[in-house]
Amino acid sequence: MPLTPVLTQRFAEPRSWTLETYERLDGYQALRQALTMTPDELVTLVKDSGLRGRGGAGFPTGMKWSFIPQPKPGETPTGPAAAPKYLVVNADEGEPGTCKDVPLMMADPHSLVEGVIIAAYAIRSHFAVIYVRGEAVHAHRRLVAAVQEAYAAGYLGSDVLGSGWDLELVVHAGAGAYICGEETALLDSLEGYRGQPRLKPPFPAVAGLYGAPTVINNVETLASVPFVVRGGADWFKAMGPEKSPGPKIFSLSGRVVRPGQYEAPMGTTMRELLDMAGGVRPGHELKFWTPGGSSTPYFTPEHLDVPLDFDSVAKAGSMLGTTALMVFDETDSIVEATLRFTEFYAHESCGKCTPCREGTYWLVQILERLVHGRGRAADLDLLTDTCDNILGRSFCALGDGATSCIASSLKYFKDDYVALLPPEERARLGRSLRLEPVGAMS
Amino acid sequence: MSALPGSYEGTAVTGLDSSPVEPAAPDLPPLTAQHAAEAAEIMARYPQARSALLPMLHLVQSVQGYVSPDGVGFCARLLGLTKAEVGAVATFYTMYKRHPTGRHLVSVCTNTLCAVLGGQQVYDAVSADLGVGHDQTTADGSITLEHAECLAACDYAPVVTVDYEFYDQQDVESARTLVAALRRGEKPPPTRGAPLTDFRGISRQLAGLSQHADAAAERAAVDGPSAGVPTLIGVRLAEERDERAPAMAAQQPGGPDAGTPAPEAPTGGGTGAERAGDATVAAASNPAERSGAEQVHTDAPEPAGRQPAERGHEGTDTPPTGPGAGTNSSVEREV
Repeated sequence: MPLTPVLTQRFAEPRSWTLETYERLDGYQALRQALTMTPDELVTLVKDSGLRGRGGAGFPTGMKWSFIPQPKPGETPTGPAAAPKYLVVNADEGEPGTCKDVPLMMADPHSLVEGVIIAAYAIRSHFAVIYVRGEAVHAHRRLVAAVQEAYAAGYLGSDVLGSGWDLELVVHAGAGAYICGEETALLDSLEGYRGQPRLKPPFPAVAGLYGAPTVINNVETLASVPFVVRGGADWFKAMGPEKSPGPKIFSLSGRVVRPGQYEAPMGTTMRELLDMAGGVRPGHELKFWTPGGSSTPYFTPEHLDVPLDFDSVAKAGSMLGTTALMVFDETDSIVEATLRFTEFYAHESCGKCTPCREGTYWLVQILERLVHGRGRAADLDLLTDTCDNILGRSFCALGDGATSCIASSLKYFKDDYVALLPPEERARLGRSLRLEPVGAMS
Repeated sequence: MSALPGSYEGTAVTGLDSSPVEPAAPDLPPLTAQHAAEAAEIMARYPQARSALLPMLHLVQSVQGYVSPDGVGFCARLLGLTKAEVGAVATFYTMYKRHPTGRHLVSVCTNTLCAVLGGQQVYDAVSADLGVGHDQTTADGSITLEHAECLAACDYAPVVTVDYEFYDQQDVESARTLVAALRRGEKPPPTRGAPLTDFRGISRQLAGLSQHADAAAERAAVDGPSAGVPTLIGVRLAEERDERAPAMAAQQPGGPDAGTPAPEAPTGGGTGAERAGDATVAAASNPAERSGAEQVHTDAPEPAGRQPAERGHEGTDTPPTGPGAGTNSSVEREV
């Protein structure tokens, strides 16, 4: 597949982050076009484009927008339909390996702002928030400047471009909590609470921010919207597979010659991307990689030809996630890598539910003793058992995600774990080992 | 032996480590009526005032360098909450510090990807130089050190941030040089980010307020470099290979009259990125372009949205000059 710079196409322009550059390169044309359409027509357009959420879950964006209860013509609205609607941008990028939204917000903040305005118009919202990760200060700074420019140019505020429709947009900085990337935890955080996930249902589309109907979209998703509006659904679907269409930013990092952001159609394979990135560093070979960040089960060289789209990756046993392709070679210990990721989850577990809070703590203890040569033969079973008690039993996806690296490393690289056992424990393996895949006990 | 040194035994980090808020230091700058007015300004931005709590805690840190008991009381009073409610929030988030911080906050990513590429050695070396560990401050008050979770810059690994500005692709020597310069009171420019101020300054920005006295300084901060080689690598490669997204169809009927500006001159030499950007123009006269992304358009007339002369203003492969403490090796100059 060829490279298809769309979201990244302005990145190399001089002062790409300014309104002047953005407008020179067709910026805010999509908004003008969108304002000639009805909100319902916009929702239909985005549905027809097949755009799916770029934050990891891949939920169809147009469908998400259509879930917002709207007043019916000729009726006095009641309940959620009568409440204000909110649009919240999830810009809390923090999944290990993921580094696509921060560069986008730094290089082309107006594409996000324009996407926000169009999406807010489509769901009939008058208040939107970009919740940007606190540590991403340069992205925050560029967004604040872009929003100021957009207000001054009449793209935000009252009577947007003479449409009679008002929109306020606030850039809100988080304060360092990975869990706030979970959409309901983000809402709690935005309301001024500890960022802990909420029970669903009710879903945010009905009871989100301040209990009102709310759409939460990822940065890359909303930055795609102006292109969908300008190019149309057929143009968007000309890239990538039918059920997972569009251009996608693939972030390659780790043991590759040229790490960075490669924008290509959904469904591009890791083999093609590795080729673009100059391959694994000379003299070494690929050992394991993640298709979409630390919460997505590891892949191995045998998965190099899996098309990287939502459905194909799921079918191959992992998740597309955030297309954060972390590459590791034969010098990297998968057990130590897994320990590091697990420490991350233990640190970031919000503490709300027991399986995640306690489970991640104990997973760290087990992995740590394995890495330091004090593992026991039963530890491999214990890891699996602990994962089984977290996966599907946690309050939100953080706990589930924490088990991915452990379960998949045990699946593909059990020998690496065994090699870390002291000889006397290794000898006991044949008798005590009861290794079932994670999920089998559920 | 793996290049990833792993955790030293007994040092694995879990969510269970915590420390109570320390008593107030005696010489803290007070939170004044001016700060209360700024807090009110923040509260007014949201449909419900409590949404201002996180920005207000950043505001407290911008004055006092950490979330002091005084600062907890300040937020509680203005928002009509109990101190326990504010304290519960303040202790949840990593960026709220529970004891006074140094002038600068140095964060070293030791998550897996950075650790594999040397981030752990960077952290260990800097920690040894400074004589402090995680979440501790040097005796001279210049630096608070922390090991950080993923900083969303894996393509620039291993990364260090100072007051959250990026110092990319560090190694042990460059990081030691950087930290030594900070201790001397110097402010080496980040590879991506604004000219350094300090931890309190950046906290003010995170509260949603300007940390700069004048518009020029504000502009300079916004214009700090952002796109290094990894950010632009795909765009550059597409240009090199002459690959692009399929062209868009012409503006749809009913679209705005003030559509895409016409190309100034059909000169060659544009970049792939430009062509993609100008695809709406190109497609109108060249329907064949719509057929897909597989084609290579070597003979197609070149639509140019801007003059080739502007090419010179674009980021180049020239690394920036200046006292970057050896940290700027891969980041391109931006104009």
